[in-house]
Amino acid sequence: MLSTPALVLSIMLFGLGLIGLLSRRNILYMLLSLEIMLNAAALAFIAGGARWGQVDGEIMFLFILTLAAAEVSVALGIVLQLSHRFRTLDADAFCEMRG
Amino acid sequence: MINLIWLIPALPLAGFLVLALSGGRLSRSQVAWVGCGSVGTAAVTTALVAADFLPIFPGRESYHQTLWNWIDTSGMTVGISWYLDALSLLMVAVITGIGFLIHLYSAEYMADDEGYARFFAYMNLFVAAMLTLVLADNLLLLYLGWEGVGLCSYLLIGFWYREPEYGTAAQKAFIVTRIGDTAFAIGLFILFTQFKTLSIQQVQSLATEAWPVGSNLAMIVAVLFLIGAVGKSAQLPLQVWLPDAMAGPTPVSALIHAATMVTAGVYLIARMHHLFTLAPLVQEIIAVLGLATLLLAATSALVQHDIKRVLAYSTMSQIGYMFLALGVGAWSAALFHFLTHSCFKALLFLAAGSVIHSLHHEQDIFRMGGLRRHLPWTFWTFLIGAAAMSGVPLITSGFYSKDWILWSAWSSPLSHRWIWFGALFGALLTGLYSFRLIFRVFFGEVRTQPTGEPGLAMRVPLVVLAFLALTVGFLEMPHTLGNVTLFSDYLSHALPAMELLPGMDESHEAREQIAVTVAALLGIGLAALLFLPGALFPARWSDQSKDRPSVTLLQGGWGFDRLYDRMFVRPWCSLTRHPGDILDRGYEWLAVGAASCHGWMSHTQTGHVRWYAATIAVGTLMLIGLFAM
Repeated sequence: MLSTPALVLSIMLFGLGLIGLLSRRNILYMLLSLEIMLNAAALAFIAGGARWGQVDGEIMFLFILTLAAAEVSVALGIVLQLSHRFRTLDADAFCEMRG
Repeated sequence: MINLIWLIPALPLAGFLVLALSGGRLSRSQVAWVGCGSVGTAAVTTALVAADFLPIFPGRESYHQTLWNWIDTSGMTVGISWYLDALSLLMVAVITGIGFLIHLYSAEYMADDEGYARFFAYMNLFVAAMLTLVLADNLLLLYLGWEGVGLCSYLLIGFWYREPEYGTAAQKAFIVTRIGDTAFAIGLFILFTQFKTLSIQQVQSLATEAWPVGSNLAMIVAVLFLIGAVGKSAQLPLQVWLPDAMAGPTPVSALIHAATMVTAGVYLIARMHHLFTLAPLVQEIIAVLGLATLLLAATSALVQHDIKRVLAYSTMSQIGYMFLALGVGAWSAALFHFLTHSCFKALLFLAAGSVIHSLHHEQDIFRMGGLRRHLPWTFWTFLIGAAAMSGVPLITSGFYSKDWILWSAWSSPLSHRWIWFGALFGALLTGLYSFRLIFRVFFGEVRTQPTGEPGLAMRVPLVVLAFLALTVGFLEMPHTLGNVTLFSDYLSHALPAMELLPGMDESHEAREQIAVTVAALLGIGLAALLFLPGALFPARWSDQSKDRPSVTLLQGGWGFDRLYDRMFVRPWCSLTRHPGDILDRGYEWLAVGAASCHGWMSHTQTGHVRWYAATIAVGTLMLIGLFAM
């Protein structure tokens, strides 16, 4: 079946995204990693939809696409604000909300 | 007219609401009109209801009125419903009648007090609560009134709340009576679980069917109700609140002692008499408690220095007589003494208030004296009250009621000879302490200069009550003296008559009455010998000798206060004092634990986004792992 390699690919992509998210300090790269993780999840839905012959997978993909667009627009706004205020994109510098 | 019965408790309640919500916008005379008017109208309504109710007596002995359902859940229906019979009508008449006179008196007595409206608001609420108590058709409504009376006594005893001492007295009265109330409430729960109803009539008829005489449950419930009654009526061993309760204004003492709170216990036992007849042992306990209280209080009254304390102890003593009568099954005699006692005790307190008023709030009888000429109205009314309390034969009401009780104590099958002897000795002591007061306050030289007689609003209640204190006794006269039985005939519709021991006839009764007469007169004579200025045997022990241990013991009411202080108050206080509080300690540990946990947890809040992402990832992995297993 086609779905198994697709799922393996999506797991690998998700893992890479997670590793990127955890290891990168630049907040723009962290956003990129998040996008990779979202796309990995979307691929898993597509694979599942194709495997069961259901349209739900594609609908979920559309949702995730919308979500990703919304998330990026909000996140980029935050990133702009952060870089404006801290003059850096280092995520570890934004730790003023520590408990 | 009889359907106006709901107005009787509603009117004082409305008076309370008007006064409480007016927020000081009413003038003093308006306050007095509302305060006295509401109770006065209730008294008039009572008269109208009585006029309607009394003629239909033989055919229908009680009248019900249900206004609405208060609580209606599965298995329990409690209505706001009133029950009128001979007993509750008597109580209502006394509460509204005497209550009105006391209100009228207060209108002048409290005239200079800054809390004028507050005072009348509390007094009206007090009367409303007491009326609810006596008119209630079910035990829960009765309990509402019962607690309302307790609340109002707390508010009124602590009326002058700026004095910390008075606040303490109020708390003491509240807490001590609460012990009784808790027992009473437990009794209610038992009755409800047994019979699934709280209607007084139904509970009693079901109990008589279900429980044999002397059965365990009947005994337990009777004892619990007795503890409640003992707390409210200031009988042994919960009597300690009453002498301190005179911290409130004098009209309050008159209301508490004469018409409302302390008589609630007597009413409860009389109302639940079917239940108590199921428990003969408990009845015996009631008689013994009554006797013990009356002797204890009478001996304490002998050595008090404060005029109101003497009267407070005398109330305990007279209520002791009522309990004694209830205990030997002489229900009507107890209520007859309640009736006469309400008249003469209200009179005594109001007259004492008039003395205190004219002496600039002086209450120590050793700083009084010679008031006979300066306050003639007060003197004569006080004298009538004291004579009625000591039971001066033939002319005073107190004689007829006390004699009836003593005759019951002699002739009842439930009584013993020594109970009678004790009560007789109590009668002697009553004469002694009442006339000690008269001789100290009104005779001899003037020690504090009085300002003069009270005005009309205070004099009218005194005269009316003095008239009642003399005449109410003629409602019931013994076989040997005219054989008038108006009162017992009236109450026989609500309470069973007492059976006499076999072989009791008029010669017994005459001999017994002579003994009572002699005891009362002997007490008064002794008082004259001991306390009249220029007396034959001046009684040094009640004068200055405060240091004598026996006198100190009596002054402190036989040391019950100190005993309770050692047994309960101090151990409890030491347990709950701030740093060493055992109960608090546990909660403190809990708080410290929570605080340190929070300290640890707050370290995870680093503010690093990547750390949060990592914890989320690890947490998700753990959850997946958990479900995969």
